[in-house]
Amino acid sequence: MSDTIEKVSIIISKGSLEGIYPGLIMANGARMEGIEANVFFTFFGLDAINKAKHEHVKVATVGNPGLHLATWAGGVPGVSSLVTHQLAAEMEKLDIPPIPEFVEMIADSGGGLYACKASVDLFKLTREDFIPQVEDIITVGEFYGLAGGGQIIFT
Amino acid sequence: MTTVTLAGSPVEVDPEGFLLDANQWNEQIAQEIAHANGIAQLSDRHWQVINFMRNTYLESGSAPSIRSLGKASGVPIKELYELFPKGPAKLAAKIGGIPKPRGCI
Repeated sequence: MSDTIEKVSIIISKGSLEGIYPGLIMANGARMEGIEANVFFTFFGLDAINKAKHEHVKVATVGNPGLHLATWAGGVPGVSSLVTHQLAAEMEKLDIPPIPEFVEMIADSGGGLYACKASVDLFKLTREDFIPQVEDIITVGEFYGLAGGGQIIFT
Repeated sequence: MTTVTLAGSPVEVDPEGFLLDANQWNEQIAQEIAHANGIAQLSDRHWQVINFMRNTYLESGSAPSIRSLGKASGVPIKELYELFPKGPAKLAAKIGGIPKPRGCI
């Protein structure tokens, strides 16, 4: 096996802000190194490419021990929006784009964006629900076909 | 630190071939690095990106992110990857004679 990575296929399965960003950063980072990258969005991760939802992705403030926030406080109306807003402002300072711009950037850089068919069926979505940069809605089997010869990263 | 000869002059480079001193750079060196990295001939569009990278580094002390490269260099992201398939920010920095960009974005 070669000691350099030539291709990655990244699965994004969560719909919170902190669930979506790591996969996007890794996909974009791969393209920046000239590594071929595909991103497969499944379950709530589909929100990242959903036209109606991708501007409204929030940090999970309940059940998120990393925030060191009391559970009751995390559930207070508006707290999730507030924390998301603060984090987004910090990310902007580091030149990390908002999710809609980020997925478009990955597509422009040659990264392939794919939606998981099982999740699309489950949530009764169609091609029209997604941003135009999404290449296709594919099955798990087709995903493995695409991922051939590279590494798979699940997030 | 290694010293190599590029376009007839000795230059100091890191293990990946990035120049350690931006002042040792010139356009012949840029052509030679580009050639060694799979770009046969640097076009005006390549130069637009390389000069933007280099000038941003010389003015601010750090290389621009791929996001600002796409927004401010005048060359959109899609074309950046057509010009530099092996990574626009990394390769333009190398050809432009500045240290390897260390940003994640």
